[in-house]
Amino acid sequence: MTGTEINPATTPDALTPVLTRRWSEERSWTLETYERTGGYRALRTALAAHPDQLITLVKDSGLRGRGGAGFPTGMKWSFIPQGAEGPGAKPKYLVVNADEGEPGTCKDIPTMMADPHSLIEGCIITSYAIRANFCAIYVRGEALHPIRRVRAAVAEAYAKGYLGKDVLGTGFDLDIVVHAGAGAYICGEETALLDSLEGRRGQPRLKPPFPATAGLYASPTVVNNVETIASVPFIVAGGSDWFRTMGSEKSPGPKIYSVSGHVERPGQYEAPMGTTLRTLLELAGGMKDGIPLKFWTPGGSSTPMFTAEHLDVPLDFEGAAGAGSMLGTTAVQVFNETVSVPWAVMKWTEFYKHESCGKCTPCREGTYWLVQILERMVHGEGTPEDVETMLDVCDNILGRSFCALGDGATSPITSAIKYFRQEFLDLIAEQPAVARPEQLADVERADDTELSGAPA
Amino acid sequence: MTLPEGTPEKLPGPAAPAERTWEAQADQHPVSPTFDELTRQRAKEVIARYPVARSALLPLLHLVQSVEGYVSQDGIRFCAEQLELTTAEVSAVVTFYTMYKRTPCGEHLVSVCTNTLCAALGGDAIYRSLCETLGEPGRPLGHEETAGEPGTPGSITLEHAECLAACDLGPVLQINYEYYDNQTPESAVALVGALRRGEKPPPTRGAPLTDLRTVELELAGFTDDETVAAAAVAGPSAAPETLRGTTVAAERGWAAPALPDEPPALPPLPEK
Repeated sequence: MTGTEINPATTPDALTPVLTRRWSEERSWTLETYERTGGYRALRTALAAHPDQLITLVKDSGLRGRGGAGFPTGMKWSFIPQGAEGPGAKPKYLVVNADEGEPGTCKDIPTMMADPHSLIEGCIITSYAIRANFCAIYVRGEALHPIRRVRAAVAEAYAKGYLGKDVLGTGFDLDIVVHAGAGAYICGEETALLDSLEGRRGQPRLKPPFPATAGLYASPTVVNNVETIASVPFIVAGGSDWFRTMGSEKSPGPKIYSVSGHVERPGQYEAPMGTTLRTLLELAGGMKDGIPLKFWTPGGSSTPMFTAEHLDVPLDFEGAAGAGSMLGTTAVQVFNETVSVPWAVMKWTEFYKHESCGKCTPCREGTYWLVQILERMVHGEGTPEDVETMLDVCDNILGRSFCALGDGATSPITSAIKYFRQEFLDLIAEQPAVARPEQLADVERADDTELSGAPA
Repeated sequence: MTLPEGTPEKLPGPAAPAERTWEAQADQHPVSPTFDELTRQRAKEVIARYPVARSALLPLLHLVQSVEGYVSQDGIRFCAEQLELTTAEVSAVVTFYTMYKRTPCGEHLVSVCTNTLCAALGGDAIYRSLCETLGEPGRPLGHEETAGEPGTPGSITLEHAECLAACDLGPVLQINYEYYDNQTPESAVALVGALRRGEKPPPTRGAPLTDLRTVELELAGFTDDETVAAAAVAGPSAAPETLRGTTVAAERGWAAPALPDEPPALPPLPEK
């Protein structure tokens, strides 16, 4: 190893700005600022190496996908078939998932606004590693300002010879297209994103085949999140040992935690993987107006909620899973005691119902009926059976739907009932026994019909 | 093969269908004078960006909205014609995505985040106030309805939106997809009041406000004015919330472990 020796034994600071470090620079989004602060040096190192060395480097670094699932990035790249014959002979593609829309998640949009070149440098290195000559960055359509910034950065990179034919005289060609989506949460699911990028309804595909063998245009494709790809230049510049000085053995590196909701100072906090809500709350100035914490999500609404008893759960992939949730997108949404759990769950379920693509029955029908039950309950007409009915519906969605949206839709409900069952029951109990007498009469009449077997 | 009725060759042929004449359909090309030569040229440029033409459909629909202010049946036919698809295939895509509007929109589109977190912080109250402010007495404006004559100056289409990915700045709303952060019902009502008067209040993050059609043209990848586009890129982006982590780290003298001066040697080539 050359340069500064790295001692992995030292504990890093509570905040480790790597991806966010440039954000406070003057005109941070320009090529000039990026190069002045060390940008595009990793690219030269990478292009001088063999692509397989880069794949090994990223494997060694332990980088895991930042879009929610946490799949090892180097391994994903190594699944791309290579070679002059057979599946390796097809063109290969890199697709960047910038369709940020998971409730609570707000890290990729500031990344693309403040430091688009780190994403582009990552795209070039990744494309070179997987031998792709075409890369699409799929940004959600509502993220207009990020689209603008990324497009301007792509234009600057073309002008400077970092993109186009014969990048930096190495013989490597790469084109990047910044593709604007059109408003569909489901397009954050990688196969739905690919269908959308092919100009279709954004509905998920059956897997296998996985995108690594049949992705965009049925060719080998890597789909990675913005934060994952933006980490790549730093891994090339620092090496895998440097990257592993932060985080844990299985979840290394820095991570952008987006703290929102009832805290004094919400914002983006980049910390080593495995930080805790206790630390994040301290950095964010504590709970807003001192009102106590009630519940929070570790990584967006699709990750089962936590409560005040989970303040010290390490927020990395293993820690969150060990406590019964998921790390997700590290979108830490904090809710205080003024918020009704059934109401919050109803709002989230309305979201999943709206965003369900309708392809598979458990998700389409299940989210519809869950919304009916929750809205009825919140509007004062819940029944004691509702809690069990919801759990039953969730049981019929989880693991039985086509993609993770269905599974995610059950997370707020099942976790809320796990921790706040009594609140649901109290809400139901405090409602008048018969909120709408005329409805009860209908039910009685229907029962009579059923018993006698003939219309009354 | 012999059928019970005899061999097929010996059977009488089918009766000739009665001659019917159909009224000639008017030629549908050009689909609409709405789509001028410039738009057709732009459509070709969009298609040329992709390895496979159909990938251009989403940007083309944004392009159509920039011309019409929504996606009409004519717009669907235009896209179908450009990409050699059927109108049914294009309609299937248009109806899937929320950003494609099927009825004429106002000069501005106001989208209020009413997802759980923003709603808990006041997003629902903001949306309700805007429905009332923009509606008639006793008849508040509904989702995707327009105050004023669509397309005329000061007209506003209102919608409630799902998470707009600005949760640290909630409650948030967007006007023509530019961010207006940390809103209250009062500030939101003041914003739409300014829009109704023809003013263009600047966003907290984003470019100087234009109108929905200009923004749709941008989403398709085009701009009518290079100077305006350059100014748009420079529009503000970093709110204090965005920089909270880096600010706290700087105050407390925290940093990530320093990068080595030179990139360390890459691992050797893996053995096959």
